[in-house]
Amino acid sequence: MTKQHANWSPYDNNGGSCVAIAGADYCVIAADTRMSTGYNILTREYSKISQLAEKSVMASSGFQADVKALQKVLSARHLIYQHQHNKQMSCPAMAQLLSNTLYYKRFFPYYSFNVLGGLDSEGKGCVFTYDAVGSYERVGYSSQGSGSTLIMPFLDNQLKSPSPLLLPAQDAVTPLSETEAVDLVKTVFASATERDIYTGDKLEIVILNASGIRREYMELRKD
Amino acid sequence: MFRNQYDTDVTTWSPAGRLFQVEYAMEAVKQGSAAIGLRSKTHVVLACVNKANSELSSHQKKIFKVDDHIGVAIAGLTADGRVLSRYMRSECINYSYTYESPLPVGRLVVHLADKAQVCTQRSWKRPYGVGLLVGGLDESGAHLYYNCPSGNYFEYQAFAIGSRSQAAKTY
Repeated sequence: MTKQHANWSPYDNNGGSCVAIAGADYCVIAADTRMSTGYNILTREYSKISQLAEKSVMASSGFQADVKALQKVLSARHLIYQHQHNKQMSCPAMAQLLSNTLYYKRFFPYYSFNVLGGLDSEGKGCVFTYDAVGSYERVGYSSQGSGSTLIMPFLDNQLKSPSPLLLPAQDAVTPLSETEAVDLVKTVFASATERDIYTGDKLEIVILNASGIRREYMELRKD
Repeated sequence: MFRNQYDTDVTTWSPAGRLFQVEYAMEAVKQGSAAIGLRSKTHVVLACVNKANSELSSHQKKIFKVDDHIGVAIAGLTADGRVLSRYMRSECINYSYTYESPLPVGRLVVHLADKAQVCTQRSWKRPYGVGLLVGGLDESGAHLYYNCPSGNYFEYQAFAIGSRSQAAKTY
């Protein structure tokens, strides 16, 4: 008798794309607001972005129920940290916490593809990119989600420094200005929306800088 | 003097129906430096006298933020107070996590009181030696409660605990 398999899955993919770009003194985190299942749209106005701390913002695509649970766990942990340390968690500290939280469920993972953006203790922009089980790296820019295969090569083209073999080691941060980075994000999502059916409806952009946090929205194609 | 036969552990009653260990714990509260609380319809105010061990040391921390809507002032064994504050914080966090809303103050003090009561009925434990003035705001308004080492709690309009608190109470 062949092994019986479950006729249901605990996971679902609600689609969507996320992007984050780090600048010298700012960080841009963006995600679309479409939530879908299979070929159906559940809602056109769901935020995938969550502010975990004063200078840490996470965007996550994948299974939104797991994303919501992950956001709640991190918020609760941050509250405990604040009670114990009398201050907010720094972005690199939150990055490590997120990694540990994801690996904690290594054998029943959060189906959540995350990109964490914020300002480090020196005020420089930082972006951390993750896989579903917590492997992470600090980078200058990243994208996750259904449109990431379309978005990432474009970001590489625009932001990646030429091969380190030719030039001395580069800072992991883009030389773009804040307005240029926001425009790049808008361009990138407009293009991804054309070809990725799971990305579209509206783009939510969060910009973190020394003056605080700012939100912008842009309409995307709804088909 | 008569007390000495029945005060060795908390699980021994005296012939007069008293638990002396619990009463001794309440004494510890009376010996601690003062803490007072008062409330209006919309606000609760907590204040403490913070003692320092010596000229060179820092002052004791006796007021703790438990959640955005609840604070606590303690008198007595401050170490016990710190531990109970941590417990209160985690209760608030767990409640918010499950119900996405703030823990009502009345519920929190009941949890605290039940926790204190456990220590009055186990031979291997001792009562907490700290009195807590829990002040907070919830849907039903502003509240001020006093939690005893005995496991009792009362709601007050205004209250003072610790040494020389009688002056505050008279006022």
